[in-house]
Amino acid sequence: MPLDNYNNLGSLVEPERVHKACYADEQIFEKELENIFYKSWIYIGHESQVPNPGDYWTTWVGRERMIICRDEDGKVHVLYNRCPHRGTLICNNLHGNAPKAFRCPYHAWQFNMDGSLRNVPMKQGYEGIVDLTDPQLQMKRAERQETYRGFVFASLSSEGPSLDEWLGKGARAAFDDICNRSPEGECEIVMNCFRIIQHSNWKIFLENQLDAVHPSITHHSTGDAAAQEQKIYKQKTGEDPPMGYQFLADFTLPYEKWDSLDTIGHPYGHTVLAGYMGLRPKDPITVSHEEALTKAYGAERMNAILSTNVHHVLVYPCLSVQPPLQQLRAVRPLAANKTLTEIWHFRLKGAPEGIYERSLAYYYHVNSPSTMVNADDLNNFRACQDGLSLDGGGDWVSFHRNYGQDPVENGITTSVTGMSEQPMRNMFSSWKEYMSV
Amino acid sequence: MSNRTGLVTSADMQREVEQLLYHQAEVLDERRWEEWLNLFTEDGVYWMPASADQQTGEGQPNIFYEDHYLMDMRIRRVEHPYAHSQAAGHRTSHVVSNVMIKNEDQASHELVVTSRFHMVEYRLDDLRHFGGKYTHTLIKLDDTYKIKLQRVDLTNVEGPFDFVMQVWL
Ligand code: FES
Ligand SMILES: [Fe+2]
Repeated sequence: MPLDNYNNLGSLVEPERVHKACYADEQIFEKELENIFYKSWIYIGHESQVPNPGDYWTTWVGRERMIICRDEDGKVHVLYNRCPHRGTLICNNLHGNAPKAFRCPYHAWQFNMDGSLRNVPMKQGYEGIVDLTDPQLQMKRAERQETYRGFVFASLSSEGPSLDEWLGKGARAAFDDICNRSPEGECEIVMNCFRIIQHSNWKIFLENQLDAVHPSITHHSTGDAAAQEQKIYKQKTGEDPPMGYQFLADFTLPYEKWDSLDTIGHPYGHTVLAGYMGLRPKDPITVSHEEALTKAYGAERMNAILSTNVHHVLVYPCLSVQPPLQQLRAVRPLAANKTLTEIWHFRLKGAPEGIYERSLAYYYHVNSPSTMVNADDLNNFRACQDGLSLDGGGDWVSFHRNYGQDPVENGITTSVTGMSEQPMRNMFSSWKEYMSV
Repeated sequence: MSNRTGLVTSADMQREVEQLLYHQAEVLDERRWEEWLNLFTEDGVYWMPASADQQTGEGQPNIFYEDHYLMDMRIRRVEHPYAHSQAAGHRTSHVVSNVMIKNEDQASHELVVTSRFHMVEYRLDDLRHFGGKYTHTLIKLDDTYKIKLQRVDLTNVEGPFDFVMQVWL
């Protein structure tokens, strides 16, 4: 079907099915950038990513290239990575330290970390023509910048809800749950970013994160292999295998288990999957974590913190967070069929080393460039995108599973079963709101 | 010993080491996994750091960091009938060169050998290129060299990676 409905996006999204153009059409992708990625809040990075003055990392908001950096007074800034002179990219490396100032490689204009112009060679050429403090000669700052518990967001729109309001209770929980697990109430980023390109639309990834039907099918081979290896390990060494094997073996949990999970849909498309991993066994690591938290907060609060049971929080449209394992994947849409993911993990300040090792094991097995888990997801995403890009063979994507059964209360949607396609419906209802403006 | 030139060792030793590296490339390209695994000592490790300046794989992020068990699991996984992402025709071709013996420890019979590799991979009508440096720590057991540690420094270690890597490079 040729797309003549571009100006009538409503007709592309029905409550229980959406048109394939939402994933494959470049014009719709452009409108997504404009209406979603340049309007909402986008995760830029964590404050601990730029610990020293002059430190910077570069990243993306839609197709805009951005810098997060720290100035000499310790303030963190988010800037457009663009020289006001002739438009050159200022930071051409992924990350680094700019001692004292950013220096444009073309004509050496220098900028402070807040974007203000610090120096220009041969200034006399501008005398009486333009004032060097003129904002048009500064590196532009993100229209808005706000931080929640160390997680820095930017919005390229000067209007809209505050970060706090936009995150709401549902998405704030992702960051609260990470930080609260630290006896100091803070986390610290591990300075390593795995960057993986998905050959698929950004929404396919987000939908997959809350798709409880797929794990035991998509990841069957890896789950099987891990369970086999656990036995071999035990037989040969007489010891319990490292926890990484269990992370993988869990992917082949029976359907009933996946069906017992909860998914919760919040305003603005933020969506939560309640946890399944049982990360509170009575092993020595968990026990020492309990002790550290009890010492810091008392037993009651420790219990409340460690019983928090979220597995994934999608901060729509830009993040997938796994708080109990201290990881996140930032979503950077580059084209309708191309998405960059930036994958990070965190240390909990003051928590036992074993808690970090758990996070690291998951980072390795599920999120590294050698992962035997996401390998199969990436293959599905690619195949999905390729299928959706075909002209024939049908026009619609089905989200019928448990449609009409989603309980709604105070704007919060829950699901009747873990396998319900309620999360996809929830995300698309926000998508439609963003896109209809 | 000199880091710049490598050791001047006997031609036999150089040849023996080279043959091992060529053989390793061949079993990988021919997916002879059990033979691959048998090239390593019982406590052998395959390690691809996540950054060039990494001194150890312990306690920090890596791209690959696998002992005998994890390598065995990876073999089970790629050969599993439901490993759908691995089902499409998948072929690789490795070339190993610039083989230099950098250190020989007479007491422990260990060698440190560096080399360069280039690999092309075909899948889904597409070619991917990988290149980089191998650093093998070899030990002579029962008259044959075995791999105690294989460090793989990928040239494009920062990525971004298209898809991910499923078998060893
Ligand atoms: S383009 Fe940046 S100084 Fe000229
Ligand atoms: Fe998956």
